[in-house]
Amino acid sequence: MTPTEYEYLRKFLRDHSGLDLSADKQYLIESRLLPLARKAGISGIGELVQKLQGAGSGALVTSVVEAMTTNETFFFRDKVPFDHFRDTIMPEIIKARAGRRSVRIWCAAGSTGQEPYSLAMSLKEMGAALTGWRVEIIATDLSQEVLEKAKAGIYSQFEVQRGLPIQMLMKYFKQTGETWQINPELRAMIQHRQLNLLHDFAQLGTFDVIFCRNVLIYFDQDTKINIFNRLARQIEGDGFLVLGAAETVVGLTDTFRPIPERRGLYKPNDARAAAAKPALAGAAPRVAVMAGR
Amino acid sequence: MKTCLVVDDSSVVRKIARRILEGLEFEVTEAEDGSKALEVCQHKLPDAVLLDWNMPVMDGFEFMGHMRRLPGGDQPKVVFCTTENNVAHIAQALSGGANEYIMKPFDKDIIADKFAEVGLIPVGQAMV
Repeated sequence: MTPTEYEYLRKFLRDHSGLDLSADKQYLIESRLLPLARKAGISGIGELVQKLQGAGSGALVTSVVEAMTTNETFFFRDKVPFDHFRDTIMPEIIKARAGRRSVRIWCAAGSTGQEPYSLAMSLKEMGAALTGWRVEIIATDLSQEVLEKAKAGIYSQFEVQRGLPIQMLMKYFKQTGETWQINPELRAMIQHRQLNLLHDFAQLGTFDVIFCRNVLIYFDQDTKINIFNRLARQIEGDGFLVLGAAETVVGLTDTFRPIPERRGLYKPNDARAAAAKPALAGAAPRVAVMAGR
Repeated sequence: MKTCLVVDDSSVVRKIARRILEGLEFEVTEAEDGSKALEVCQHKLPDAVLLDWNMPVMDGFEFMGHMRRLPGGDQPKVVFCTTENNVAHIAQALSGGANEYIMKPFDKDIIADKFAEVGLIPVGQAMV
């Protein structure tokens, strides 16, 4: 790929999807776009760029953007957020919700299911601490195709070896030939729904924990701010927002604040959350704590 | 530098594994069967063993049993790396003292993930 071609694709992706590639992501472009080019009968990146510049390239534009923005996902991706979930988030929730004994979690970019299932496995591993609790995990994604895969919970041998400890594979999956399917008990913990984050999501209700990782990077500043502000309305006053390693609210909105020493973890700012949800935000958690005593 | 003993009867697999592990900053030694691997371990135990199952002379499972009984033999992290991809074999390996299990074919990402899983490399390194 020539530097000119790379620069063209960088700008093209920035304009069409907000995806902002750094100067050294040639390998990423090649690994994602060469298979696509081959399928479309295009000889290489050079010809692909020519086709994109030409008229009537609508379908190609869409598939290039999709190929570049579809995220690689694997179990317990990045590890640290799931450690936070186990060691910080859930212990606090278990205390704060001891009265109503229920927790609602939203995976806002649930993709092919690895993230919601990783959370489901983490919750199972907590064992007795959650006995009798009502656990709700809602996994949403833009793509129906991706949701179908998530729902089925069937993964290739390659996929189950990314991020998943072997003990968990043995405990929570059933082998069928060359594939592995997550157990029905864990599948039943998750509701899968199609959702575009650009659209209204108030109907989903209020959550204790929102995982929204590696999806906002594809949006421009204003859209990010808009989504953060709307997320703030769907989160309990003492809830948690979890963002991807390369994402932050800092400099964008004051509806959330980072939790010190817990990278990727945010809490709604009391004042702002109260303003967004005058009746609920302040009172609900206090009631729950009192009821727990 | 941490050390890893790669045990596989295929010289091609050993070569690929060596390249990946050297990329992860391991000092690599090789053995072509369990018995040769045991000789290496009797001399000096590595930090990690990447272990094939089916090999001539002594298979990987038998080797692991002998190695675990050496003084300090409970220390090395054993990661199986084999075409035996069924639940029975995995369960047998784990109960016999394996720390992780890779089903072939493998690549750099899988090795990095599994090595991070058992604490042989920092998690961040596996994400690259």
